[in-house]
Amino acid sequence: MRNNHFRMSNKQLDGAQALIKTLDDLGIEYIFGYSGGAAIPIFDALVTVKTNIKFVLARHEQGCCHMADGYARATGKPAVVLVTSGPGAGNTITGIMTAQMDSVPMIIICGQQVTWMLGKDAFQEADIFGITIPVVKHNYLVKETDSIPRVIREAHHISTTGRPGPVLVDVPKDISSGLFTGDMDPELDLPGYKPETSYHVDADKIDEALQLIHKAERPLILAGHGAMISGADAELKELAETLHCPVTSTLLGKGVFPEEHELSLGMLGMHGTAYANKAICACDLLINIGSRFDDRIIGQADKFCKDAKIIHIDIDPSEMNKMVRPDIEIVGDAKTSLVEINKRISSLDTDPWLNTIEGWRKKYPLSYRKQGGLRMQQVIDELYQVAGGDAIVSTDVGQHQMWAAQFYKTNASWKWLSSGGAGTMGFGFPAAIGAAFACPDETVISISGDGGFQMTLFELATAALHKLPVKIVVLNNHYLGMVRQWQELFFEDRKSGVDLEGNPDFCKLAAAYGIPSFNIKRPADVRRQLEKAFEITDGPVLIHAECIKHDNVFPMIPAGAALEDMLTEPPKGKLAKPTGST
Amino acid sequence: MSIVTTDTPPENASGTPVSLPVHTLSVFVNNKAGVLMRICQAFARRGYNIDSLVVSKGRDIHFSRMTIGISGDPDGLAQIILQVTKLIDVIHCVEHTSDDSVNKELLLVKFLVDKKDRTEALQIIDHYGGKTVDLTPTSMIAMLNGDTSKIDAALAMFSQFEVIETVRTGKVVMARGELAT
Repeated sequence: MRNNHFRMSNKQLDGAQALIKTLDDLGIEYIFGYSGGAAIPIFDALVTVKTNIKFVLARHEQGCCHMADGYARATGKPAVVLVTSGPGAGNTITGIMTAQMDSVPMIIICGQQVTWMLGKDAFQEADIFGITIPVVKHNYLVKETDSIPRVIREAHHISTTGRPGPVLVDVPKDISSGLFTGDMDPELDLPGYKPETSYHVDADKIDEALQLIHKAERPLILAGHGAMISGADAELKELAETLHCPVTSTLLGKGVFPEEHELSLGMLGMHGTAYANKAICACDLLINIGSRFDDRIIGQADKFCKDAKIIHIDIDPSEMNKMVRPDIEIVGDAKTSLVEINKRISSLDTDPWLNTIEGWRKKYPLSYRKQGGLRMQQVIDELYQVAGGDAIVSTDVGQHQMWAAQFYKTNASWKWLSSGGAGTMGFGFPAAIGAAFACPDETVISISGDGGFQMTLFELATAALHKLPVKIVVLNNHYLGMVRQWQELFFEDRKSGVDLEGNPDFCKLAAAYGIPSFNIKRPADVRRQLEKAFEITDGPVLIHAECIKHDNVFPMIPAGAALEDMLTEPPKGKLAKPTGST
Repeated sequence: MSIVTTDTPPENASGTPVSLPVHTLSVFVNNKAGVLMRICQAFARRGYNIDSLVVSKGRDIHFSRMTIGISGDPDGLAQIILQVTKLIDVIHCVEHTSDDSVNKELLLVKFLVDKKDRTEALQIIDHYGGKTVDLTPTSMIAMLNGDTSKIDAALAMFSQFEVIETVRTGKVVMARGELAT
């Protein structure tokens, strides 16, 4: 039908127009981009083709990627990144890697030199296809104008199905400028890609899982990003409530099970709650739903859950036995698997187990001191009280990220945006911008430290221009705090490369972009300043909090150590340097 | 006469080097540019070395068949097979052992041999079921095929002559009976 439309309109399309039209047909809502020579035909098509797509000019290609990433993490839908060749494409690498590590759908379209110049070191030519192979789910170098709709449709399909991920399409300028004579709605050609198989789970494995579940006395559910991506929220809740089984989540799984639910133990892992980590050590059955057993969750692999049975549900077969050897492997979609399991579960008596956990919860609560200066934890805690658990919260990477994960409770999916696998500083603020475009009616909070914020602060212009009501929180301790914490604990407090002297006046910086700001210096100021800032809803507002310089995140499991070696408070003596992981 | 080659064994090589177990994988892939890069990257990232690699078009030219010999941590092998299988351009990737498959490689070996030793050289070639594919008054190229141990044994015999160069295709593998390769 689409094809007929164009024939009837008697209008000849070029490759770039076919590309933009295909993106529109696929329902793409936003393109975050930055123009340049090799991409001019594609940018021109944004003007000449009438679509529903909205284009956002960011201020750096890394910003484009993180915006598309934030858009996807807030909606589950992909956005498109459109950049030029060479340095433009090169600047996307960190953003693409960030999306790949966290299974975020994204379509990156790069302009490229003309085909006959490829490999000849022509102006702004880079082998972005080769460069990105290790950091994408799949990528393409388009060689025929007529194949553009097929390639774009395949890219969208691959990016959004199975385990999602970024797909890059490199489009040489002669290909995008060439006359399009092909089919606008062609068949996909992907004989090696069968994501639909993940919706058929092995019934025998479900049987085996049920047997283990019904024998368990101390079960624990580990909810990961995969549970959220598959939309298994309701099934997860049904499973937990029927079994009376506590639930801990990964950093990226925050929200798929409401953190204010009485069965929620919050986040586990290196800086997870003490009660979640103690529960992991003491459980007799771990039901992992869509988590890849990241090294910052399992600590020392051979001691992880060594006395417990493990059920691992994952859509990606290559996650099985990668970090942890499960007793039962269920390869498939999390929601499909849980629907099958839930059909036949019955209630468990877990009262003694829940009582034990309640004891840990009382003994090791998350807490912070309100004396001795302003702490990041307090700002985050009060942010939560002012904004509530329904706001979209985007974080950067470091101490503030871990405190936000601890103190900002997330009560629904798609509300917590944080770079987990890649740990990309500079992610948080542009990701919040992407989320604000995606969800104009929701409160969006960006929480960054002074280090990460300065890595992508140029996107203040984007936020200001589009009057996006993002609450930009900068928690300033004048340090790269997490590295300083490690240096203090493991390197005899020798500080190296962590002192951010020379930080700008962040409020004046905001003013330079026409963005109002609020400054918080004392613990007593927090609530009032936050409330004033939250009254501003017609554009961005920056909240700068001057926090104490020396504070460490606890609980902490030193990297590569066993979970039972968790520190719940500052250690008395010197610690051995971490081994086995970072 | 002098033939220059860089492919000579090291002077003081004693015995065979300690090697990790070699595994033979058959990988069926889309016949597209860049597929080999993706597969090599998947192995290299995880510390596997590719010992041999044979790529050829499939009967349907949209596909290619690769036989890859790799050495590396045997515990990680199942994991790397899954990682390779996960690539969009890979249709399937399976490991084959010599029990369930036919393994062959082809050897070309060039050595210096004059009239005096020529008969003995021809006898060795004949013993291994090979043949002479190039003959000059001073040199000879022999071609023979077989499994890896046979090729190794033949090379040991040829070492009594002055071997100038050897070229091995690397293993090709085909599953026995009605099993798919």
